[in-house]
Amino acid sequence: MSHEIAMRCEDVCKSFQGNTILDELSISVEKGELLAIIGPSGVGKTTLLKIMNGLICPDKGEVRLMDDRLRFDDEADLGARRKMALLSQEPYPLSKTVWENVAYPLHLRDEDDIEERVEDALEHVSLMDMAERNAGTLSSGELQRMAFARATVFEPEVLLLDEFTAHLDPYNISVLEDAVEWYVDEKDTAVVFVTHNLFQAERIAHTTAFLFDGQIIEKGTTEEVFEEAEDERTDAFVNGEMVF
Amino acid sequence: MTAEIIHITLLSIFVSISATLLASAMAVPLGTIMGLHKFRGKEIIRTITYTLYGFPPVVAGLIIYLMLSREGPLGSLNLLFTPTAMILAQMVLVFPIVTGLTMSSVSDVAKDVKETAMTLGADRWQTAKTVLNEARVGVISAVMVGFGRAIAEVGAVIMVGGNIRWHTRVLTTAIVLETRRGNFQYALILGGILLSVALIVFFVLKRYQDKGVRT
Amino acid sequence: MFSDGEDRGKKIAVVIIVAILIITCIIAWRSVYSGDELILATTTSTYDSGLLDEIVPMFEEEHDVRVRVMATGTGQALALGERGDADVLLVHSPEKEEEFIDSGHGNARYEVMYNEYVIVGPSDDPAGIRGMDDAEAAFELLYEEGATFCSRGDDSGTHMKELDIWEGADIEKDEIEGSDRYRSLGQGMGDTLRTANEFGDAYTLADESTYISLKEDLVELDILVRDEETLFNQYSVIPVSGARNSETAEDFAQWIVSDEIQGVIDEYTVKGERIFTANAKKTI
Repeated sequence: MSHEIAMRCEDVCKSFQGNTILDELSISVEKGELLAIIGPSGVGKTTLLKIMNGLICPDKGEVRLMDDRLRFDDEADLGARRKMALLSQEPYPLSKTVWENVAYPLHLRDEDDIEERVEDALEHVSLMDMAERNAGTLSSGELQRMAFARATVFEPEVLLLDEFTAHLDPYNISVLEDAVEWYVDEKDTAVVFVTHNLFQAERIAHTTAFLFDGQIIEKGTTEEVFEEAEDERTDAFVNGEMVF
Repeated sequence: MTAEIIHITLLSIFVSISATLLASAMAVPLGTIMGLHKFRGKEIIRTITYTLYGFPPVVAGLIIYLMLSREGPLGSLNLLFTPTAMILAQMVLVFPIVTGLTMSSVSDVAKDVKETAMTLGADRWQTAKTVLNEARVGVISAVMVGFGRAIAEVGAVIMVGGNIRWHTRVLTTAIVLETRRGNFQYALILGGILLSVALIVFFVLKRYQDKGVRT
Repeated sequence: MFSDGEDRGKKIAVVIIVAILIITCIIAWRSVYSGDELILATTTSTYDSGLLDEIVPMFEEEHDVRVRVMATGTGQALALGERGDADVLLVHSPEKEEEFIDSGHGNARYEVMYNEYVIVGPSDDPAGIRGMDDAEAAFELLYEEGATFCSRGDDSGTHMKELDIWEGADIEKDEIEGSDRYRSLGQGMGDTLRTANEFGDAYTLADESTYISLKEDLVELDILVRDEETLFNQYSVIPVSGARNSETAEDFAQWIVSDEIQGVIDEYTVKGERIFTANAKKTI
């Protein structure tokens, strides 16, 4: 980790239909940091990721990518958005081949070296042999790997992953985890991933944050959070108990 | 007689394809924008569009006739009883259909595609293009339905075209004429030609549609 | 963007542009001819006889004009004349024609040719009108016998003549139209004849030329009554006042009443039978 802040949320508030989801939530992630966000279902983890990506506008608070403040306007934030990637739980395959799907973001940015970069991205997720397949025919594991390649081919500074290995078999999980770790180590990408899988968090995350009640209750190194939680709610959650 | 059949067939094809293309050139972008965005009055406009699917063609023909008539506001354009007037009449009928069906197809995929495109760094224009490409199957269906409407049109086309021999007589209006004269066999043959034309056009469009979904 | 999309986008653009160019050419080409165009509105029964298909090309050649022939109902033809959308009319409704002239829409009315209406009905003739030579008396008998009658019901020349006959037979319009044996079809002559044929027991008034051309299909129907006086069907040509091409319209009227064309009309046959008798007045 380089200790340079890649992304920061400050006092972010968001309510939906009268229910407060996020309540003056602040969190930051550094370049090269692999941050896991854990917490019970429906607590707002996906919402937080979408706010970080500029897709959802918070009621209050600031989000900064490096020094750029997100204005939550599609056109104004384009530059910032192009340095981030958000991978959802069920990615949408564009009706093209796998290769063309992965090349898509590079075409959007009108960049060169497309062939080389797409090849690299596909190799990291072991998908080169399926490059000419129509993306609509992929299995869920293959689709997730393609979506990952698609989201990383342009080397985003911040990678946001929403339960990206949920429902996948061990092989796909390990391929994807290896790929994530590679990007973090080699490209200094800041990664924020939301997961239900505490084993996964323990396995790969440098730091872990526990989101509950609209707040980040606790954030620290993964070891700290899992072994020596300061807050009793964190402690309860990581030990598989209900939290109130 | 064969020369006449050929003329009638070619004119039908020309009028209906032009009408469909021109109407779609406006309807597809409009339907895409409407399908992509929320805006005030969206539901009302959607309902109006669907209602226009059932717009009686004869009424459309009458309205256009009154506008193009010498006494009408556009009389000085001298467009009455010409193929151009027929194209206009067909455009009026095709336009709401292609708009509405495009809007539906785009709406179906809009949310997922929009999110995917934007998170991967697309700007507004690129997002719209991507959404349209993903809705391609539905959009081409919309154009097919529009063409079907155009080529089968009779009421409006007779009113503004006049079914004038060698000039504004197309397959459908010729069928009406021959039926009236009792030449049923001839009318059926013309009907068969019309269906064949439609078949060929749909076949071509379908190939285009399938191109986006390679296996 | 994507190479795929680019090609496709280009193709679509090309097609659209070509289509627009073609249309522009057609519009331009069409307007070159508009000065030399004559729009003739006539009735469907006149047009279906095929006479115009034969004689109009002769006029086109002689006068170097494109004649656009439109076949509509009588009412619509007159309406087109009123609005100036047609340059010259060839119709067969003397009363309505007089009205048209009187209200200033037509310059003059020139008689061109005539044929006859006939009363047709089922071959077995349940009402017993076969052979009568008085149309009004025949209609009266049909009414008394409660026979089924099919009317065109579309304000056409034929329909107007039919109403005249009922009037002449002292049968009120309301009375006859209220009768459940009276079918007002709102259709053209051919369809009306065919419908009468389908009924099997229906009578109707038809112009002879349409009947002749459809005779083979009308197996149930025979001509039952002829009446030279009452069933007289006069066709006239009327150049429209203030038409776009009034000179040519007038030329056409003069041409169709000329001896030469009158001769052609007289000799015109459908399935071997003459259907029109030329009767233009000899004076100009």
